[in-house]
Parts: sequence; C-alpha cells; structure tokens
Amino acid sequence: MNPLTRFLKKLLILLCGGRFGSELQEEMAFHRAQAEEELVSSGMTPEAAHYAAMRQFGNETKLMEQSHEEVTFRVETVVQDLRFALRQWRRNLGFALTAVLILALGMGVSVAIFGFVDAALLEPLPYANPDRLMSVNESNIEEPRWPLSYLDYLDWQRLNKSFSSLDVYGGAGYLLRTPSGAEPVEGARVSGSFFQTLGVRPVLGRDFNPGEDRPGGPNVVILSYGAWLHHFGGRRDAVGQTVDLDHDAYTIIGVLPRAFAFAPSGNAEFWVPINSLSHHEQMRTFYNFWGIGRLRDAVTMKAALAEMAAIATQLQRQYGVTGRNLTASVVPLTEIIVGDVRPILLTLLGGAGLLLLIACVNVASLVLVRSESRRREIAVRCALGATRARLVRLFASEGLLFALFGNLAGLIFAGVIMQFLGRLVPKDMASNMPFLGYVGLNAHTGAFAVAVGLLAAALLAVTPMVRLSFQKVRDELASGDRGATGPLWRRLGANMAVVELAVAVVLLAGAGLLGQSFYRLLHVPLGFDPNHLATVRVMAPGTIYHSDEQTAGLYREIVGRVSSLPGVQSAGMTSLLPVQCNCNIDAIQIPGRPSHDEHNEVVERHVSTGYLPTLKANLVRGRLFTEAEDASRPGVTVINQALARKYFTGEDPIGQRIADNEGGHPSEWEIVGVVEDVHEGPLDVDTWPAEYFPINQTRDHYFSLAVRTGQDAGILLPVLVNTLHQIDPNLGVSDEQTMNEQIEGTQAALLHRFSAWLVGGFALMALVLGVVGLYGVIAYSVSQRTREIGVRMALGAQRSSVYKLVMRQAGWLTLAGLAIGLVCSVGAALSIRSLLFGVQAWDAVTLGCVAVLLGLASMAASFLPARRAALVNPTDALRAE
Amino acid sequence: MSKKPDLLPGTLDLLILKTLTRTPLHGYGIALSIKRLSDDVLTVEEGSLYPALQRLLLRSWVKAEWKITETNRRARFYSLTAAGRKQLGIEESQFEQMIAAIRRVLRSAQEV
Repeated sequence: MNPLTRFLKKLLILLCGGRFGSELQEEMAFHRAQAEEELVSSGMTPEAAHYAAMRQFGNETKLMEQSHEEVTFRVETVVQDLRFALRQWRRNLGFALTAVLILALGMGVSVAIFGFVDAALLEPLPYANPDRLMSVNESNIEEPRWPLSYLDYLDWQRLNKSFSSLDVYGGAGYLLRTPSGAEPVEGARVSGSFFQTLGVRPVLGRDFNPGEDRPGGPNVVILSYGAWLHHFGGRRDAVGQTVDLDHDAYTIIGVLPRAFAFAPSGNAEFWVPINSLSHHEQMRTFYNFWGIGRLRDAVTMKAALAEMAAIATQLQRQYGVTGRNLTASVVPLTEIIVGDVRPILLTLLGGAGLLLLIACVNVASLVLVRSESRRREIAVRCALGATRARLVRLFASEGLLFALFGNLAGLIFAGVIMQFLGRLVPKDMASNMPFLGYVGLNAHTGAFAVAVGLLAAALLAVTPMVRLSFQKVRDELASGDRGATGPLWRRLGANMAVVELAVAVVLLAGAGLLGQSFYRLLHVPLGFDPNHLATVRVMAPGTIYHSDEQTAGLYREIVGRVSSLPGVQSAGMTSLLPVQCNCNIDAIQIPGRPSHDEHNEVVERHVSTGYLPTLKANLVRGRLFTEAEDASRPGVTVINQALARKYFTGEDPIGQRIADNEGGHPSEWEIVGVVEDVHEGPLDVDTWPAEYFPINQTRDHYFSLAVRTGQDAGILLPVLVNTLHQIDPNLGVSDEQTMNEQIEGTQAALLHRFSAWLVGGFALMALVLGVVGLYGVIAYSVSQRTREIGVRMALGAQRSSVYKLVMRQAGWLTLAGLAIGLVCSVGAALSIRSLLFGVQAWDAVTLGCVAVLLGLASMAASFLPARRAALVNPTDALRAE
Repeated sequence: MSKKPDLLPGTLDLLILKTLTRTPLHGYGIALSIKRLSDDVLTVEEGSLYPALQRLLLRSWVKAEWKITETNRRARFYSLTAAGRKQLGIEESQFEQMIAAIRRVLRSAQEV
C-alpha cells in the first residue's frame, strides 16, 4: 500500500513537474523574505540582511536539486534494472518466451471478448439519446412482448402522455422487379415518424412527410444505404426514380445513412410507410406491428408502463376484446437488441477472465520458481550491499517487462481473435447484431488492455516481493546450497497450483455443461426427419396469382414438377418451416364450449397435402388432407398431439371442430387427423399446440417448399431454384438451404454452439496451463528434494515408496484444486443458468467427468517427475553436493 | 566564528515531525521553532529543511496546504498526519535507545 501510494505520488509529481518546482521556489523565496525581515527589524541594514538570509538559507540551486532527488525515480537505476532484466531474458530465452506467450494468450482472449462486450453492451445504440428509446408493446402471460394491432397503436398514440412520439414497424417482403427477373427483397413498413423517433435522418433525399403514412398515401420508399449501392450503384439521381415492388411503382424519396441499422427489422432494405392496410390489419385483434417510443424527459419507464397498461386494459374493455388478457410492456430498446446475447457475452467474458487469471498465476509461479533458483544470486547481492528495496525493484522491473511484452503481443493477438470471431457469426445473424461493426481495437478496448496489463504487472511484480519480504535473505547465503525448499515457496507455489487447477475445473465444468446443453438442443425430438430435406422459400406475386384456381394451379405445378426431378421422393409446401419460430398464432375456440378469458393461442400452419408425409411426421389418428379439399369445400384441419392433449383431454378429437375468427371471417374447421408434435418453434422452447390447414383453403403467396430426396439434399438446391424459375420467372426464390442447415442456423443453435465452442476452447487452454502449472510445482519440488530422496533410498526406501512420496504431494494438490473448483463451478454454473438447456447446474455426470479428466491429467503430469525421483541414484544424489 | 554542532544524521526528520505536533507551520516557522526550542544550539542550514519536507510528504507523514499568513502572504503550511504521528513515536523511541546506548558507551569508557 505504502510503496504504491509513494509510487503514485512520484508519478503525479513527474507528470506536473513544473508545478512542483515553482511551488518549491515560491516557498523558499518566502522563507528568505521572512528571515530578511526579521534581521532588518533586529537592526541590520537591508543589504546586509539580504546576504545574511541568503547565507543562512544555503545554496538554493543545490537544495532544489536535493528536493527533486527526493521525489523522482532514480532513472539510472531503473534503466539498469530493465537492462538487467533483458539480460536475464537473453540468458533464458525459452523461459521468457513461454511467459510472454502465456500472458499474451490470456490477455489477448480477454481483450478480444471485452471488445465484443463493449460493442454490444457498453456502447450506446447509434440513435439520438438512445436511453430514452423504449420498445412499447402489448403483453400477455405467455409472451411478455406481444405485437400491437394497428388500431390499438393509433389509440395508444392518441391517448398516451408518456411518449413524445410513438411509432410502429413491421416486416415485409417484396418482389423487386429487376432486368434479370424478380428478386425477393426484405423491407419494413413503418409509421411516418419512425426515423424521427430514432433520431435518424436520410443522408440523401428526405424523410417521410406528415400524412404519407395515412391510408391512401403515396407509394414512397426510403432505401437502406446497402440497397442504394447494390441496386442503384450509389447514384445520387436514384432519388426521385421509381422501383417496382410487388408490381407497384414506388418513388424513392431518400437514402438512409451507411451506419444505420435497426436490428429488429433484420436487414430490411426498402422502408415504406404504413399507408395501405390489408383486410386483416384493419382488425383490432390482428396483432402485427411492433412499437417503439421516445420517453418524455420527466417520465420514468415505470410511469410509462403504468400508463400504457391502463390504456391497454381500457381499450380491451371498450372494444370487448376477449380471449386475451393484454396489458402493456415498456422495456428499453437496448434490451430488445442485445438482450439475447448479453448472458452469452457475460459468460464468455467471465471465461476469458478466468483464463487470464490462470495465465497470470502460471507466469507468476514461473517467476517464483526462477526467483527460487536465484536465491544464491540474491544472497550475494545482499551481501554486496543491495538493499531490500533495490532487490524488490529488480524483480518488479522484470515483472513489468513481462507484462509489457505480454500486453503488446496480447493486443495483436486480440485483434486477430476479434476478426476471426466476427467472421464466425453468420450473415443472417450478423444483421441482427449491428454492434458487430463496432468491435475492434478502440479507446475502450485499449483502456481495458492497459488495465489488464497493469493488473498483470502488479501481480508479477508483487509475487517476488512477497517472497523476498518473508525470507531472511542472509540465512540463505549461509545455507547456500540447493537444499531444502523454503516453507514459503512450498506454500505459495502449491497454493498457486491449487488456484490454477480450481480455475481449470470451473472452466471445464462450464464447457461441459454448455457442450451438453448444445448436444441436448440438437437432439430435441423434432417429430420429423430433418435429413435429406431441401428447403426453399417462394414468393408468388399476388398480382399474377390472384384467383383460387391460379394459386392452386401454381401449387400443383410446383409439386408436380419438383416431384418428377431425379432422386426426389416427395415435396410439400408450408407457410412456415419448422424449428423457426412460434409465430403465426391463431386464437381458437371450441364451438359449443363456453369461452372464458382463457389463453387459447395455437401455432397455425398452412400446408399442402404432401407436406406432412414429406417431413415424415407421424400420423397418430385419422387422416391427412386430400387434394380435393380446396376452398370450395368445408374447412378441415390436422392438429398436433399437444393441441389434442390441451383441448381434448380424454376425448377423441377426430370429428370435433375448432373455430377461429381471423380477419373478421369466423370459420370452423373439422379435425380430420392428429400428428405427432412437429417442433415448429425454436429448439429451446417447448412445443406449442399447432393446427395445420390445407394450403388450398388458405391461399398463401408466401410459402416454403420442403423436398425429400434420396441423395444429398445440398446437391438438389440449385436444381430446385432452376425448376422454380422455369415454372415462372416472376416467382421470388430465396433462402435455399437444407433442413439441417436451417436448424443449425437458428439463433438458439448458433448461440449455444458459439458459447459451447468458445468456453470449450478456454477450458482446454486452462486445462493445459493448469496441468503444466502442477507439473512445474511437482518437478521443481522433486529437483529440490533430490538429496533428501537420495538419503531415503540409501537408508533402504523402495522405489515404490519414492513414487508414493511424490504422487501423494501431487494428489493432495489435485484434490484441493478439484474440491475448490467443483464448489465454485456449481456457483458459476448457476450464474449461467439461462444458457443451460436440459441440464442442471449441478449435473453430476459433467462434474464427475471433469473430476476424472483433471485427475488423470494431473496424475500424468506428476508421474514424470515422480519417475525421475524414483530413478535417482542414491550415490550420485549424495555426491552431488 | 564558533562552529555550532552538526545535527546527528537522521535527526532532522524527527525534529520536523516533533515541531509539527502542536500546530501546522510553514518552513520558516519550523526553522524558527527548532532554533528557539533548542536555545539556538541546534541550527540547521535552513534550506535543508525543504528536501527533508519533500521526503516526509512523499511518505505521507506530513501534508501540505497553501494558506495566507498573518502578514497576508501565501505560504505552504505543513501539518502532521496520523501516519506521521505514529512515525514520530517510532523515531523518538529509536532516538532514546541510541542516546542511551551512546551514554552507556561513554560512561564505561570513563570507568576503564
């Protein structure tokens, strides 16, 4: 503590050296003036008094110099120390390189991970006053964030006093007509002041004008910067031109800034105002839009939530909305954008921190071992008059040098890792993480690196100090040989090994749990066979296919042509592929049963006759659809087992009816079959009740095609795209992937894979470092005890008992490390519970495996030195003195 | 000119700390105080107070503050810190031991 404050004071004086000098000068001048006055008042002439005072005071220049010397670093000795440290390195290059490399590894990893944490969690969103931006939505029990219906939005906007502006956005897909055919593009529909609420202005052209988002408003579009470059070559005259979206002409009015990104809308390229509402969207119970609002200055989030909840309840009562208990949700927009990755990033940061710790401890124990073997040298230095402070400085400067080089190498390493990790994130997901663009070496990561470096330097400098201050150096000169190890070394070195092992256990257990979660996630029962399935998304322009016959004809044509492709076994269509999301939700009623305010949301999918067989979904009761069941026939539906269980417990669902009221069309559907649950939602969410309607009765223009083939599904994909374009070049075809790629590309799978692999990597490094640390401790202690072992053997000790002697020491250290590590890992695992899937924090199998793995590795590491000890030749050992 | 005895090495810090126990003083005040209390026997080369004061500041035994004197001039006043008080205790007892030891040596020399 004291040396540290002294160091800081010196540093401070060094930094404002001018002030130190001038203050001192002023002080001395004051002193002389006082003395002079005194002398004058005792009767001296002013001139004589002046000289007398000067004499009395002494040589000012010399005194200033002396004062300076008191407070400055002794530069020449610092340089000497550093040169000495470097010389030591050259003599022992392997040691120096190892230490620097280990440090660089720990620092690089932690700085890199911090780069991501900083970009995602610390950097504010790139909007004006981002902390006032809220995600404002409805909310119900099952889904805390439930979209708004357009009518509710208008009322919310009119009634609320908490937000200075409230806007909505919704996704949209368009078919952009290009000279080479139709190209499906992503768009977003937003209310008029959406960009103003975010505080974003177009770099070119203008924002939406007031009124352009009213029903019947003009067809205008604002382009993302990327779309402007890609489709219009970045020409300034693009503004004012028209584009053909879904066979409608839209006038381009502006281009968004290059840095603009709005993660919830993915990589939307075409932004249009909400001014034409579909039939459904005019319903109060069609929840399709997401809200954002800018909180007024004096309003807290809590107050806003209370107000919006009251409005929601009031509207619900006023319009007699039943079947849902909607209130409001108001959460910071940041939460929506980075909420998913926060636990993962914090976990990774924790992991990286542990790795850094283990690296530092490892290097510190290396330094310690070396200082141990330099005991003689130290003793000689002492005898020749080196003070303890001087010795401490000597070692400290060596530690600082390590930290400096380690930090530099670590920074380079961090840059490489950040680039590498950034590239690992797939494009689809990267568009949801605009912060990835800000990851890199910048002021924040630089400051973090410096802080980490200083910590490491402190640790490395302190270790030999502790050692020096505990031991009487003079005694060592007397003992003077490589004899018994000091008790301190044994204690400190052993403790360090235990710390390393414990940290390794924590990381291994974390990696084990995350790996198991990932495995469990990929082995969630899907209810279908994802192998040999090719999928593609199709968009049929509504202007061409507007009658029932035309769309049904298109479906028939597609299935017919695709099924006749070589190798294809069957093909089917669905409104949404499985394992994507529990969206497209329908609120159902069972006719004849009293309707309470129960939560009766089910997942709704529109599928073709061949779809469920193509997936190899198991039919458990009844039948599937027939081709004949089209819009002219009564509605039929196939439900999943979850729906049957929930609504028809103990009854036969076949022949029963379910009713819904979509878009103001009350309809009834007869249940004709029950299939085993197909996992429609994300992997980490339980299966919801689901209903399947014949696509012939619902007429979707936006659907996915699933094709089962006997061969590799990947080979089929280009053929599939070609065939679809042959059927009609106006079809928008996108997202061609195999089903397995689809599943592995989902957010749940990616996040789990990412964390499992990274923490696994950390754990592996930790295991190696930990075991190497243990090896070092044991090997060193064996080399120090050679003579003792020789004596023991000369007195008749068996080789086996020498083995036992060494292995027992290693065993104790391992056991201690394991015990501490296991306790800590349960704690650590509890804190990453949100990342675990299907496995408990205290999973005995994982912990057991970790214990066995680490135990074996430790035993292997200590076996080598034990063997060396057992092979000691007693005569040599004794003569070695 | 009669030569006044030099200070024993290492005692300057002790003297400074001691004079500061009663009240904060500026450098000139410290010099004056040492001279008066020792009946003019102990005079230091007044300027050498200042390197010593820097040393004490660095070790946090005294702290300094710019204030205005009664004569309305700016001066740096030094006062004792808690750590300084502790250090004073240590140095006083060490000094006592040393003096006692020296005295014992002198006495035994007379006896022989």
